[in-house]
Amino acid sequence: MNEETHEIRLRVNGVPRAATVPARRLLSDCLRHDLGLTGTHVGCEHGVCGACTVLLDGRPVRSCLMFAVGADGHEVTTVEGLAAADGTPHPVQRAFRECHGLQCGFCTPGFLTVVAAFLEENPEPTEEQAREAIGGNLCRCTGYVNIVRAVLRAAELRRAAGRDPQAGDPAPRGPVRRQRP
Amino acid sequence: MASTSTRAPVGLSSVTRDGIGASPRRPDGTLKVTGEFAYSSDMWMEDMLWGATLRSPHPHAEILGIDVSGALRLPGVYAVLTHEDVPGEKRYGLEYRDQPVLAFGKVRYKGEPVAIVAADHPETARRALERIKVDYRVLEPVSDARRAALDPDCPLVHEEGSLPLHEEHNQRGNRVRYQPIRTGAFADGASVEEVRALADVVVTGEYEVGMQDQAFLGPESGLAVPAEDGGVDLYIATQWLHVDQRQIAPCLGLPADKVRLTLAGVGGAFGAREDLSMQIHACMLALHTGKPVKFVYNREESFFGHVHRHPATMRYEHGAKRDGTLVYATMEIVLDGGAYASATPAVVGVASSLGIGPYEVPHVSVDAYGVYTTNPPCGAMRGFGAVQACFGYESQMDRLAAELGMDPVDLRIKNAVSQGSRIITGQEIDMPMPMAEMLRRAREMPLPPDRSSLPAPSDPRTLPGGVANTSHGEGIVRGIGYGVGLKNLCFSEGFDDYSTARVRLEVVGGEPAVTVHTAAAEVGQGLVTVKGQIARTELGVERVTILPSDTRVGSAGSSSASRQSYMTGGAVKTACEAVRERVFALVRERGLVEDGHPDALLSLSGGKVVSAAEGVLISLADLLGGEAIEETREYHHRPTQMLDPSRGQGSSHTQFGMCVHRAVVDVDVELGLVKVVALDAVQDVGKVMHPQQLAGQIQGASAQGLGLALMEEIQVHDGVIRNPSFTDYLIPTILDTPPMRIDVLEHPDPHAPYGLRGAGEPPTLSSTPAIVAAVRNATGRPLTHAPVRPEDIVGIDPPQG
Repeated sequence: MNEETHEIRLRVNGVPRAATVPARRLLSDCLRHDLGLTGTHVGCEHGVCGACTVLLDGRPVRSCLMFAVGADGHEVTTVEGLAAADGTPHPVQRAFRECHGLQCGFCTPGFLTVVAAFLEENPEPTEEQAREAIGGNLCRCTGYVNIVRAVLRAAELRRAAGRDPQAGDPAPRGPVRRQRP
Repeated sequence: MASTSTRAPVGLSSVTRDGIGASPRRPDGTLKVTGEFAYSSDMWMEDMLWGATLRSPHPHAEILGIDVSGALRLPGVYAVLTHEDVPGEKRYGLEYRDQPVLAFGKVRYKGEPVAIVAADHPETARRALERIKVDYRVLEPVSDARRAALDPDCPLVHEEGSLPLHEEHNQRGNRVRYQPIRTGAFADGASVEEVRALADVVVTGEYEVGMQDQAFLGPESGLAVPAEDGGVDLYIATQWLHVDQRQIAPCLGLPADKVRLTLAGVGGAFGAREDLSMQIHACMLALHTGKPVKFVYNREESFFGHVHRHPATMRYEHGAKRDGTLVYATMEIVLDGGAYASATPAVVGVASSLGIGPYEVPHVSVDAYGVYTTNPPCGAMRGFGAVQACFGYESQMDRLAAELGMDPVDLRIKNAVSQGSRIITGQEIDMPMPMAEMLRRAREMPLPPDRSSLPAPSDPRTLPGGVANTSHGEGIVRGIGYGVGLKNLCFSEGFDDYSTARVRLEVVGGEPAVTVHTAAAEVGQGLVTVKGQIARTELGVERVTILPSDTRVGSAGSSSASRQSYMTGGAVKTACEAVRERVFALVRERGLVEDGHPDALLSLSGGKVVSAAEGVLISLADLLGGEAIEETREYHHRPTQMLDPSRGQGSSHTQFGMCVHRAVVDVDVELGLVKVVALDAVQDVGKVMHPQQLAGQIQGASAQGLGLALMEEIQVHDGVIRNPSFTDYLIPTILDTPPMRIDVLEHPDPHAPYGLRGAGEPPTLSSTPAIVAAVRNATGRPLTHAPVRPEDIVGIDPPQG
């Protein structure tokens, strides 16, 4: 197929990456196929299920609804980039595991990225706020009860780890801008 | 849900951790939260090709010719295959071998695979599909399942003589299976009129259940890799590796041992992966091209790529004495199986045998039909057959209670089955069945606070319609409803769905370690965790590795029918016991106990061999040294019987499970919107293996039942699915899902390992009728269709077409 392609440069999980893509290549396909980051899952291709959510400059976006060229020059964080550089899991990762907030796990990366960003905005959510925060993500296995529990637990772990910027933590704002070696 | 606590043996500081009854973390949890867990859609090989499927645009048509030359000319296309290229058997099927690998002669549903392509890029493959020319002569669809069941003049979906006949199922014409059941006076030939005369009160009802989709989040995908021995290795998300292998190998013309399957990561299943999707297609293309071939369906294709829950129409009549005692019941159910049989015979077996539910009724007549139509094929979905019937019989119980002026819970308690009761097939419930207690407990659970006592009762987010801001409290009515479901667990009707486990005990790095190998499919339910717990409990070793599931070990049966904790759990337990016996034999051999020392006094705990009398005898590390002990065992449940084809009698089920739900809803009676405020469950699971995972099963199943009650229906018109996407087929989000309280009982089943009962399905049955009953309670509307639609609540005719 002779199709015009574009060079894009972006930071993914702290690492500078480049790809050559046609203008209509979805960010989700670029991440999964061009960059080999298969942790971002595609469940509906319509922006409904939320499984493909990644963070673009710290804000959640549906990578199936965005063209890869639109991410040129931006910073993308996928589920693979949530953990700290030394491999320490992000509080949301710990909490989802601990609270059995996942079963098949296919929707999980979308929940994790959404919740990671949400807790940056709202480090001490009420249960009602936690429920609302994940209202745009589908899970077919759990019935969501353990997921809500995991969100609240993640907030707790996060505060305990002193990562809450409001508690004076020097960590940068924006969910995950840690450098990867 | 108390966890099992055993006393630490003499000489040991603690018992083995993370055994059964505890809630250890799932072993795949870390990979699933880091994004490293490899789902079937993540499989990748550098030189792989991409497969794509050309599907029929018509529900029913004759194929006059297929021209693939245009597709073959497209650069990047490696193969275009049709039915002529199927190397072996041209049809496959779970129960009847009636489904073409690729259509020949005619197509029987819209979306049926007709040709397959392998190309260097998914987009090339899709473009190639557009260049395949198929000439069709369109035939009239067979859309009406009732007509297919009952009208001898209905056109046939499968031509006369084209299928092997299954007489034990009364298979004939468009009937995949017809199962009658007759008990009491009906068995003696009495007419309904005669039996009706015995009752004081009679209620009739007609009910419908729509076609539900399993809607797992990870669409169908897999990777087939050609092997040097002429065979093929398939990495696939499925529910039962060996039944896939059994269907794939004959179609490829290969012996089973040349078709090797490994379970890839499964993004949910719920029955939808019990049938084949692209398995044979991927293998055919891989063998044809000599290259690995990967298929990934998108969401729309997924709606055509797997079977759905059978839509059902049901006609019921119940008669009772004035005091509420049930006298008789009749039921007719027609289950639309669509174009191919899939699991339809088993679905009919369940729907008929459990057709009037967990009630003592002396005279019963059931006629259950599963039929071929040219609608999308239907097969397994969580609770199959029992889900549809449960909506019918529970709706009838409420209708009868209203007619009698009785409390619906009291009516159910009055007629409840219990241990020793016989269901309508004559089978005794020979395990605890504390239904009356469960109903009382459900009734006594605390109710959610009244709206008026909420801090912000007019906040739209707490109301039906939510942030759509459709009400600030006006027109909102609260309702409460109950549902009870009886479910068969494990396979029924003579299936010997055994499971196999291989367990190895050895010393690794100075520590005892156990390896467990089965072919059982982890589909999210947490079987991987439970297998490890059983090994820890039985062998007293904390370090347990669960090997990936593949066909290098014997069949584990399906991850369906709530059966894996029972069957594969049973197999792991039995294999561990065999390993343990050999450990004890070694202990005797080494003279650590006297010759006559009974095994019963020995145990394994904390990595040590312990005697009840003498405390720790030796550590496993010292005992085994470099020796490994490995045992493989099959586990079989007790035999079951086919229902007899004329009166439907026979002990067809392995085990029974039950769940009771109470639903509380707020209904906007003007707009027909519903918010489920509470959905609380009481379930007897025999033995809690993993409290946290059990809660996940009950809550997940309840939410799927909520979907069927209020949201989920595949819209099929003249054989065409109108809503094959998540924008048009809606499943519950968290904002649709209430908090779910769970009350778990543990009355052990003496026939089952650890006394456990399968737990994954029963809540899917009872939550739907409980919610619909609550909406009826709020609105006074009859609500005979699941899912309930806004127009049903408001009382206007649904839009036509």
